[in-house]
Amino acid sequence: MKKLINSVDAIVTDTLHGVAAAHPSLRVDIENRVIYRRDAPRPGKVGLVSGGGAGHEPLHGGFVGYGMLDAACPGEVFTSPVPDQMIEASKGVDGGAGVLHIVKNYTGDVLNFEMAAELCADEGIEVASVLVNDDVAVQDSLYTAGRRGTGATLFVEKIAGALAETGAPLAEVARLAQEVNERSRSFGVALSAGTVPAAGKPTFDLSDTEIELGIGIHGEPGRTRSTHREAREIARLAMDAINDDVPLSGDTLVLLNGMGGTPLLELYIVYAEVAAYLEEKGATAVRCLVGNYVTSLDMQGFSVSVCRLTDELTRLWDAPVETPGLRWGR
Amino acid sequence: MDTSFFLAWIKEAATAVQAERDHLTQLDAAIGDADHGANLDRGFAAVRQALADTPPETPGAVLVQAGSALIRKVGGASGPLYGTAFRQMGRALGDAPEITPAGLVTALEAAQEGVQKLGGAAEGDKTLVDAFAPAVRALAQAVQDGAKLADALETATTAAEEGARATVPLQARKGRASYLGPRSVGHEDPGAASTVLIFTALRRAAGQA
Repeated sequence: MKKLINSVDAIVTDTLHGVAAAHPSLRVDIENRVIYRRDAPRPGKVGLVSGGGAGHEPLHGGFVGYGMLDAACPGEVFTSPVPDQMIEASKGVDGGAGVLHIVKNYTGDVLNFEMAAELCADEGIEVASVLVNDDVAVQDSLYTAGRRGTGATLFVEKIAGALAETGAPLAEVARLAQEVNERSRSFGVALSAGTVPAAGKPTFDLSDTEIELGIGIHGEPGRTRSTHREAREIARLAMDAINDDVPLSGDTLVLLNGMGGTPLLELYIVYAEVAAYLEEKGATAVRCLVGNYVTSLDMQGFSVSVCRLTDELTRLWDAPVETPGLRWGR
Repeated sequence: MDTSFFLAWIKEAATAVQAERDHLTQLDAAIGDADHGANLDRGFAAVRQALADTPPETPGAVLVQAGSALIRKVGGASGPLYGTAFRQMGRALGDAPEITPAGLVTALEAAQEGVQKLGGAAEGDKTLVDAFAPAVRALAQAVQDGAKLADALETATTAAEEGARATVPLQARKGRASYLGPRSVGHEDPGAASTVLIFTALRRAAGQA
């Protein structure tokens, strides 16, 4: 394993030092492991807090700033943060209008955020939570921990963040966040696994002719192993999985997301196929992002997320945002 | 069993987790995300630090403090689950200075109930409950039959080991392994494996007493 690290134990701390040095618009509490927007808390504004394991950058810390998150808590690599971090973050962003926790549906994240929400309530902070579960690869929800939260987390953070910026109340921001989640679906494919620094080797092995279909974002293997083939066919497999779950139509927002180790060159090749697929189904990608946004360390592959837009969602997506990972309109 | 017994248990558990750190992580790499050993090791190191910083005076306080440190330091699902287990045990023990075998059984039953309530897992879901529940049942039976503590804990540990082994053919229904569906079959659950270590540590503590 070759990694640009100082030591395995210091990865999260060292990266937070870098974030603090690179982004004066953020305030980084290195000891408590919370990234805040510098002007938090904003009086009268709902505070948005998210968090999850490190290794998904720019998610979540790169989405802290005007029009998106107020704070993010990074855990260890691929490990959810702990309740203390979430409580600290919630206190730090509560401007009197309450706090929305944006939680990806993974058992660890859910349990730790639940404990944090209870303790926040004890301290008089009003907390609402939205669970993101957009991953269509998990089919039999009754017999699993449910669908995972993946790429649509970015949609929820951006759109709910834009609404919160207008001064909307907590219940309304939470409802909209839920709506974005319900309108979004994702599917992921890996060509190779990422390497968790503490483990020192890739979390699973794929030969040159194999791919994993239906992966999550923590390097866990996918639902099935398949044969590698042309980008066109792989893109179609992913889009079919989404379209089979919810037929695609109308205006859509698309995230063609690299997993951290995929060249943009290849992502655009896949995006062309995704856009063509949508046209074929009578849908249009009226907004899109192509790049590394919800990564899985150095995994090769992609995930595609599609949100079926409404006029309100399009308007809020277009609203100004200023974070290290996304910025426009300001 | 007094305060020093419970401190010895925690120490043995920390040692066992450290020794088996890579093994737990390997099990987790197969059906999870390859961090169970590292996370628990970090958590038990924090537990030992917390117990050294503010030495607790009762068995109950040892376990509540240990559980809180696990919740604060581990993250993931195992932090809240093991943290809750130790905290519920500690609460069940109250402020009694000396714990009877029957008291230990009651506390472990409270721990199991807390874990199942939080995580929503039943036996057969391929989680730590598959080792924990049979161990608690075996211990309760042995204590009721009047077995010596060390023998009763030996029985409990064997039951935990058998429970963990029995997770191999199961398909996971909870936790990250559940995402694999049928591909989770054929692997031992890492949480069940770490639960075996916790019971092994308890038996070792009894061997020292």
